[in-house]
Amino acid sequence: MTLNIFTSEVVNSLYIVSAVLFILTLGGLSNQESSTRGNIYGITAMAIAIVATFLGPRITNNYYLIILLIFFGGIIGLTLAKKVKMTDMPELVAILHSLVGLAAVLVGIVNYMNPTYNFSNTEMIIHNIEIYIGIFIGMVTFSGSVVAFGKLSGKISGNPLILPARHYLNLLMIVSIILLAYIFVSTDVVDTASNSLILMLVISFIFGIHLVASIGGADMPVVVSMLNSYSGWAASATGFMLSNDLLIVVGALVGSSGAILSYIMCKAMNRSFISVIAGGFGTESSKPSTNSSVQGDINSINTDEFKELILASKKIAIIPGYGMAVAQAQFVVNEIINILKNKKIDVIFVIHPVAGRMPGHMNVLLAEAQIPYDIVFEMDEVNDDFSNIDLSIVIGANDIVNPSALEDPNSPISGMPVIECWKGKNTVVLKRGMSTGYAGVENPLFYKENSLMLFGDAKESLTEVLSLNSN
Amino acid sequence: MKIGIPNETSNIENRVAITPSVVKKIINLGYEVSIESGAGLKASFLDQDYEKSGAQVLSSKKNIWKLDIILKINKPSEDEISALSGKSTLISFFSPDLNPELLKICKKDNINILSMDSVPRISRAQKMDALSSMANVAGSRAVIEAAHLFGRFFGGQITAAGKILPAKILIIGAGVAGLSAIGTATSLGAIVRAFDTRPEVKEQVESLGAEFLTVSLNEDASSNDGYAKTMSDEFIKKEMDLFKSQCKEVDIIITTALIPGKDAPKLITDEMINLMKPGSVIMDLAALQGGNCTLCKRDEIVDINGVKIVGFTDLPSRLPSQSSELYANNVYHVLNDITPDKDGKISINMEDEVIRSLTIIKDGQITFPPPKVHVSVKKTQLKNTQVKKEIIKKEKKSLLPGIIAFSLLFLVGAFAPASFMSHFTVFVLSCFIGYMVIWNVTSSLHTPLMSVTNAVSSIIIIGALVQISSPGLASIVLSSLAIFITSINIFGGFAVTKRMLGMFKK
Repeated sequence: MTLNIFTSEVVNSLYIVSAVLFILTLGGLSNQESSTRGNIYGITAMAIAIVATFLGPRITNNYYLIILLIFFGGIIGLTLAKKVKMTDMPELVAILHSLVGLAAVLVGIVNYMNPTYNFSNTEMIIHNIEIYIGIFIGMVTFSGSVVAFGKLSGKISGNPLILPARHYLNLLMIVSIILLAYIFVSTDVVDTASNSLILMLVISFIFGIHLVASIGGADMPVVVSMLNSYSGWAASATGFMLSNDLLIVVGALVGSSGAILSYIMCKAMNRSFISVIAGGFGTESSKPSTNSSVQGDINSINTDEFKELILASKKIAIIPGYGMAVAQAQFVVNEIINILKNKKIDVIFVIHPVAGRMPGHMNVLLAEAQIPYDIVFEMDEVNDDFSNIDLSIVIGANDIVNPSALEDPNSPISGMPVIECWKGKNTVVLKRGMSTGYAGVENPLFYKENSLMLFGDAKESLTEVLSLNSN
Repeated sequence: MKIGIPNETSNIENRVAITPSVVKKIINLGYEVSIESGAGLKASFLDQDYEKSGAQVLSSKKNIWKLDIILKINKPSEDEISALSGKSTLISFFSPDLNPELLKICKKDNINILSMDSVPRISRAQKMDALSSMANVAGSRAVIEAAHLFGRFFGGQITAAGKILPAKILIIGAGVAGLSAIGTATSLGAIVRAFDTRPEVKEQVESLGAEFLTVSLNEDASSNDGYAKTMSDEFIKKEMDLFKSQCKEVDIIITTALIPGKDAPKLITDEMINLMKPGSVIMDLAALQGGNCTLCKRDEIVDINGVKIVGFTDLPSRLPSQSSELYANNVYHVLNDITPDKDGKISINMEDEVIRSLTIIKDGQITFPPPKVHVSVKKTQLKNTQVKKEIIKKEKKSLLPGIIAFSLLFLVGAFAPASFMSHFTVFVLSCFIGYMVIWNVTSSLHTPLMSVTNAVSSIIIIGALVQISSPGLASIVLSSLAIFITSINIFGGFAVTKRMLGMFKK
C-alpha cells in the first residue's frame, strides 16, 4: 500500500509554508501577547511538515509503524511536559536536546547505510562530509546534553571536572576527528570507512562528555543555550545530508537562536565564549579571593523590623536569585506583593540575565507564581533608577548584586554587569548565612551601611512577614 | 552588669537616653536595666512601658547612680560626676574639647567615660553617631519651627481668591542637619536652595529636590575628618556676595554651618538681615557655637524690623520621642560593641579605633584626644584609567573575523558543486533570519524560546521519515527509534511551551 498523494513538488511547496510558519513562531515570541500565537504557528508548521512528508513520494510503506511511533512518543512527551516542575525546566530542556542529538546520529547512520543517490565524485565527497559532520554534531549534542542533565538534576556533581591536560586532550580529540574524517572520505574500502566512522562516534561521545563536564555550575545557563544551538546545527547538517531545505532552514534558525542566547549569557557574566567552553571556572576563585579588604560590620534585622521597613517604603524592588526558587519562596512573595498593592506600595522585580539556571528561567518561575510580567523588569531597565527606590529586597541572590564587579578591578567577577541595588535607599538581603555565591567571591554589599541582613530560610522569613502583615 | 538611666536634669531637656523598645535589646545583651521613675515622661514613655519591657523602675536618683553603667544624654554635672564611683562607666554626650575642666574632675577612681559626640566619622561607626541622629532631627524640626513663625504657606497654589507663591528657602550647610532640612522643606512644597563649600554634596542636595548654589572658585573644603574646614578670604568674600543677593529673594534662611572645635563662622551679617523682607525667618542652628548669624541670641527669638532670628539650641528636644528613640539606638550600638560576648559584661577594647575614639576616660585616666582617624572618600581615579585601557583594547579586533569568513566562503565557492551552493545559500540566509528574529525576543521569554526551538529542531523527524522506507532491517529499526524520540521531543517541547506561556499574566 502506498499513500503517494502529494508529488515531490507539492511536498516542497508545503515545506516552504512550514518554514515560513517556523520563522513566525520565533517572531511571535518577541512579546508575551503574541507568544501563544507563536507556539500555535510552530505546532501548525510541524504538523504540515510531517503530514506532507507522510503523504509524499518518499514514504512507500510502514505507515502504521510511523503512526504508532508518533503516538507513543507523543504520549511520553505530553506526560513529561505536564509533570515537569518549573524549577526543573533546565533539566527537561537538556534531556530533550540529547534526543535531538541522538536522532541526528541515527538519521546520519541510516543515510550512510543507504547510498541511494547517484553522485558525481565531488558531490560524493561533500555528501560524506555532510554525513560525518551531522553525526559528529549530533553525538556531541547527545553526550553533552546527558552530562548537562546530570549536572542540573544533581545526579553528577556540579563542580567542573579538571583533568590535568584538559586543553591538550580536547585538541587531541579534535585532531583525531579531523584525521578520521580524511580517512572516511578518501578511502574506497567500505570497512575502513565504517571503522573510522565508528571510532569517530566513540571519540565525539567522549568529547561531548568532557566538554560539558569541565564547565562549572555557574556557567550552566551558557551550556544549556550552547547545546540548544548545537541541536539546531545538527538538524541543519542533516538537512545538507538529505538535500532537504526545510531542515537546513529550521536548523539554522534554532542554531542561531541558541548562539545568540549563549552570547547574551556570556555578556551578562562578562566572560568570553571561548573561556566558558574551555571550562574550569571556579577553580581560580577557589583560592582565597584577592579582595580580602572587605571589612566592616554586618547590620542584621529581624522580621518585625523588616516588615516595618517594607510598610514605610513607597517603591520596592525585589531582586530574586535561584535561591528563591530553591526555597520555593516565590508564592509567598506573590502573596506579599498583593497585600502591598492594596496599600499602594509600588513593587517591581529586577532580574539579572543569569539569575536561574537557564536564560529567562527566573521569569518563568515568577510567572508560575502568578506574578504579573509587567512588573518584572530587566537589569538595564532599572539600574539607573535605583535612587528612586526606597527598599531593595534581595532574595537568594549573591553574585548578581556584588558591587566588587564594578569597584574592584582584581575581583574574579570584575566587569560583570550587576544590579546596582546599593544605590537605592536601603537594601535587605535574605540569606541563610554569610557563604559566598557561585563565583566564590566575597560580597561587599553585605557590609554597606545601607544594607541590612535578614538571616534564615527565605520562605520562612517571608511567611513570618506575611503573618505579621495580616494583623 | 547593671545599667541605670537617670532623669535628665536640664529644664529644656525633654529626651530620655533609653526607650522601652531599646530596653529589650539591651536585656538581650545580658544586662539588667533600671530607670529612674519619670525619666521618659516628657518623651511620652511611661514608667509602666519600661516595666513591660523588662526594666526596673527606681524612685531614688542615688540608687541609679550607684549602678555599674549610667546612660544619659547631656554631659554630666559636677554633682553627678561625684556620684560616680569605683569602676562605673558613663555613656553620654560630653564635648571633651569644649569642657576640659569637667574632664579633669572625672580623673578619679577607676571610672570610664564614653563620649557619644566623639564617634569618628567612618562608615562602620555610623550606627553610633548620635550627633548625626540629633542633627537629622534638628534639621527637620528647624523647618517646622520656621513654618510656624512664617506667616504664609510653603507650597504654591492657585486658588479662586488668587495666586499663592511658594516660599523660598535658603539652607546653608548641607551636612546631616542641612540635608534633613532640605528634605522636610521640599516636601512641604517650598522652593529650596542649598549652599555648601564642599562640591561633592551637590548630588545629594539635588537628589532631595533642591537647587545647589555654589561660588565659582576652585577650592574644596572637604577635609579628611568628614567635616568642612575654614576657607580662604577670597572665597569668603564671594560667598558673602552670594548670600547678600539671596537675602533679597528668600523668605527663610536655615544656617547649619559648623567647623569642629571652633566658633561658628559668621555668615549672615546685620547688613544682610536688613535686606530681607519683613516676615522672613532665620533659623540659626549653630546658636550653641555662637551662631552663623551676627544678631542671633541663644535660645531666643530676636525680631529685627519684622525679620525673626531664632537661636533655639534644643531643637532635638522639641521632638523628644523621636530623638530619644534615635539616641537610644545609637547608645545600644555602642553597648553592643563593648559587649563582645553578649554576656552583660563590658570590655573596652582600646585597639578598636571606634571604641578608642569614644573613650575619653579609661580607668580614671584621660585618654582624650584619640589618634586621628581618616575618612576614606577619594579613590575613584585609578579605576577610570583602567576602563579607558580596556576600551582601547576592544577597538582593535573587528576586521579579522570578516576576512576569515570571506576567505572561507571563497574556498567553498571554488570547490563545491552547484547543488551544494544552493543549499548553502539557503543555510546562510536562514542564519541571518534567525539572527534578526531572535534579537527581538524579549528576555523574559528566553526559556519558552529554548523549549520551542527544542521542539522545532525535532524537524529532524523528517530525515527519519524519508528513510524509513529504505531497505534493510537495521535502517528501519534506527529510523523508527529516531521517529520515536523526536516525537517525544515535538509533543513535549510544544506542550511545555504552551504551559509556560499560559502562566505569563499581566
